[in-house]
Amino acid sequence: MLIEFFLHLKSRKLPVSTREYLDLLAAMQARVASHSIDDFYFLSRALLVKDEANYDKFDRAFGEYFKGVERLPGLEAEIPEEWLRLLTRKHLTPEEKAKLEKLGWDKLMEAFRKRLAEQKERHAGGSKWIGTGGSSPFGNGGYHPEGMRVGGDSSGNRTAIKVWEQREFRNLDDSLELGTRNMKVALRRLRRFAREGAADELDLDGTISATARNAGWLDLMMRPERHNAVKVLLFFDVGGSMEDHVKVCEELFSACRAEFKHLEYFYFHNCVYDAVWKDNRRRWNERIATAELMHRYGPDFRLILVGDATMSPYELLQPGGSVEYMNEEAGAVWMRRLLDTWPSACWLNPEPERYWGYRQSIAMLREIMGERMFPLTLDGLTRAMAHLSRKH
Amino acid sequence: MRFEGTKNYVATDDLMLAVNAAITLQRPILIKGEPGTGKTMLAEEVASALGLPLLQWHVKSTTKAQHGLYEYDAVSRLRDSQLGDEKVREIANYIVKGPLWEAFEADTPTVVLIDEIDKADIEFPNDLLRELDRMEFFCYETHTLVRAKHRPLVFVTSNNEKELPDAFLRRCFFHYIRFPDRETMQRIVDVHYPGIRNALVREALEVFFELREIPGLKKKPSTSELIDWLKLLMAEEIPPEALRSDDKKKVIPPLHGALLKNEQDVHLFERLIFMARQGR
Repeated sequence: MLIEFFLHLKSRKLPVSTREYLDLLAAMQARVASHSIDDFYFLSRALLVKDEANYDKFDRAFGEYFKGVERLPGLEAEIPEEWLRLLTRKHLTPEEKAKLEKLGWDKLMEAFRKRLAEQKERHAGGSKWIGTGGSSPFGNGGYHPEGMRVGGDSSGNRTAIKVWEQREFRNLDDSLELGTRNMKVALRRLRRFAREGAADELDLDGTISATARNAGWLDLMMRPERHNAVKVLLFFDVGGSMEDHVKVCEELFSACRAEFKHLEYFYFHNCVYDAVWKDNRRRWNERIATAELMHRYGPDFRLILVGDATMSPYELLQPGGSVEYMNEEAGAVWMRRLLDTWPSACWLNPEPERYWGYRQSIAMLREIMGERMFPLTLDGLTRAMAHLSRKH
Repeated sequence: MRFEGTKNYVATDDLMLAVNAAITLQRPILIKGEPGTGKTMLAEEVASALGLPLLQWHVKSTTKAQHGLYEYDAVSRLRDSQLGDEKVREIANYIVKGPLWEAFEADTPTVVLIDEIDKADIEFPNDLLRELDRMEFFCYETHTLVRAKHRPLVFVTSNNEKELPDAFLRRCFFHYIRFPDRETMQRIVDVHYPGIRNALVREALEVFFELREIPGLKKKPSTSELIDWLKLLMAEEIPPEALRSDDKKKVIPPLHGALLKNEQDVHLFERLIFMARQGR
């Protein structure tokens, strides 16, 4: 009973387990819910979904499975516009891109929607990717820093792109469990135990020796507990060319969240300038001044930057070189400032190491970082952690 | 035993179903939601509705899983041994029972509230797996197995500050308390202030939901703040008209300090109002 439903949820990438399925059967047997589909929906959601972030995925999977049983309102597949926009980048040929300039965006979107609808009819499973789309990175369509500038090359002409860029950024999903275990093991090298905080553990050895010295009269000794006292600042490059590396970054982020107690994370784009942000959805309203972070977090923090370091060299060299706004100081200035504040630092690069030589900006950043750039692989991570755990 | 909401607590259908499933299958239930949506209150209300005693365990950053079971007070035993107290021979005298032990031992079923589990260490939920699953644990000092006479109904609340481990989640039922819509909010207000003037509530809700819409607020006002604010409005006998604002000349809602708890939010809000007044 309901095995098909359970397997359907599983195929839609919902983290459900057999145990929860058995719970659902037990609940049905105990007649917790009446026979209406609404009640069953609430019941199965409470028993099978353990994170509100998965509610949407569950709603869609439930809707797909019980379609025709009774239409649940609000489950029509709405394709978010930004997906479409990103998809166009992947699917469009250069000629079509050229047409985009002539046609204007709205008309093209309409054409694209049509094309998408046709595609759905031809492939039976064509709509599947919509369901799983939440976790798959879109728009890895060969994006180059300059490639975004469809409308012309000069930096003054970016206004149109800016609008859709804004929607492209999404927060890294740190709920990824699969495959993060190895990373956690690598991160574990960066452990530094220290006794800190309130003395609330009985120090047995200390008590014995103090009592002996006290001629047998009890003298209690307490000590603080051991904690992993390492403090980490994480800066993530998001958006743009980093779209290709979303998965590995999510894994790293997830592993870091579980491993470090003192972890602060921020996002930037391409290079760190005078401001960073914590929430990609509100990156334009809630910016945090980098200078403020430098005052807030002391030099005992270890700095980890994650990014592909692939950008125009102007971003590093020229004031105003940022792709998205008018920066007063060049990227390199800010990078040196960061390294002065947090001498223990490293850069993790998801691009394969063998390509590093071909990109000017990577070579420049490596120089700024003092060769402390490591590939974002298990081996690179291990090397980076070994480097960070050295005394500085 | 079924939970149908109470006089003081408006429960939505999905919430009631989740709670009833937890009661029937005797499983812990994890409640998440924005601060101020009544997570803690739910456990209190369920306990009072079912007529069961409520045992509360408020978790702090230093709380250990062991604290919920029992604590062995070695220090006072050592001291007593120097004073030659007879008590010292019985180790059970120095075992301080925690809320879970109390619940397991109780002669009637109980409701246990583990409040804000995300405040504790990452390993905290993992240390409670067996206790919440089998409802038993072993006391090493006295060599006894403590097993629940009646499986207590366990409520766990979380503010999402930390991820909870998968193994723990598998053993719980889950409900996310959504922020109430206007209709539910009206019912909640009715429950708390039956005599409140209708016009005032309508205007206040208008202002309240508008406030929540402002982008970039650090802390959006929640249900409990709305309730407090209404209480203040009533106490000050503010007429409903004072809340109404026509678009051109907005006024700052009276007593907005009850709704906005963050200095930056108040600034942001005042700036927006100021801009609106300029007619921009």
